[in-house]
Amino acid sequence: MITDSGLAALTYGLGAIGPGIGIGYLVGQSVQAMARQPEAAGMVRTTMFLGIAFVEALALIGFVVFFLAG
Amino acid sequence: MIPFAPVFSLEFPPLTHVVQWPAFLFEDTAFAVNKVVLVYLFAVLLTIGLFVLGNKKQLVPSGAQNVAESAVAFIDDIGLQTMGTDGRRYTPFIASIFFFVLFTNIFEIIPVIQMPASARIALPMLLALTVWFVFIIVGIIKQGPIGYFKNSLFLPDVPWPIHLLGVPIEFVSTFLVRPFSLMVRLFANLLAGHLLLVTFAVLSSGLVVSKWYAVFLPLPVIAVIFFTAFEVLVSVLQAYVFALLTGVYIGTSLHADH
Repeated sequence: MITDSGLAALTYGLGAIGPGIGIGYLVGQSVQAMARQPEAAGMVRTTMFLGIAFVEALALIGFVVFFLAG
Repeated sequence: MIPFAPVFSLEFPPLTHVVQWPAFLFEDTAFAVNKVVLVYLFAVLLTIGLFVLGNKKQLVPSGAQNVAESAVAFIDDIGLQTMGTDGRRYTPFIASIFFFVLFTNIFEIIPVIQMPASARIALPMLLALTVWFVFIIVGIIKQGPIGYFKNSLFLPDVPWPIHLLGVPIEFVSTFLVRPFSLMVRLFANLLAGHLLLVTFAVLSSGLVVSKWYAVFLPLPVIAVIFFTAFEVLVSVLQAYVFALLTGVYIGTSLHADH
């Protein structure tokens, strides 16, 4: 049986795919950058957290919409 | 509003029960006091206390001065990376934002209290609006009212028809999405963390029974311990991200980068 809250949960799961891929790619590339150039690690880390914050915002908006819809 | 599905046939408490606390002082007025209000009043006290106690100038630091000095070095680093040397004067603002957010978040895992004040939308909204006003006012003071809005709305070196598309996009992304995402990020992270802990705590208490499946009790208990440690990380990280983004936004107001 399909309920509203079930649909909301399913949709949030779908909406989390994109940010998941995004954060994985972002952190992976940052680790690679830090391994190649350890002296730039501090700068890479700041930029990485900044990027994570923006990517994560999409997933979190989905999380809030899940509560509003569910 | 939230008909939570039972978790493994356990009755999950409704969301209102998890985050809404009854007022016990000045009920039915605008100044009603409940647990969340106490948490952020205490966070204000802790922040002021850190600034006052950390202000001793001993040569060999001890106690609160130690914490304050290493924290100031850390926050100064955020400021330098995001705003440059002329952003130094905003370091106290960023430091107070960082510590206030950190202290309101960290009550999520303090035993007995276990309620992050940031999991109610009012506090993140207030902080986001404060940052919003500050970066707009800094921009207007530094670049002049016309210069600031021109620099932040009009893309440089593009043919003029692009402005028809560019100005609305830049307006929405700078003046609407920035405070909104700042607010939602803090709120949703802490609410999600709080619900995660509640879920595993409910699961643990549901397994304290004299049936055969009580052997699974260690699993949710270990999960609660693990996620409590994880929430320490989330609390510090969210305070860091909030301070970092405040720095970035003030930085873009200080220097017209296009």
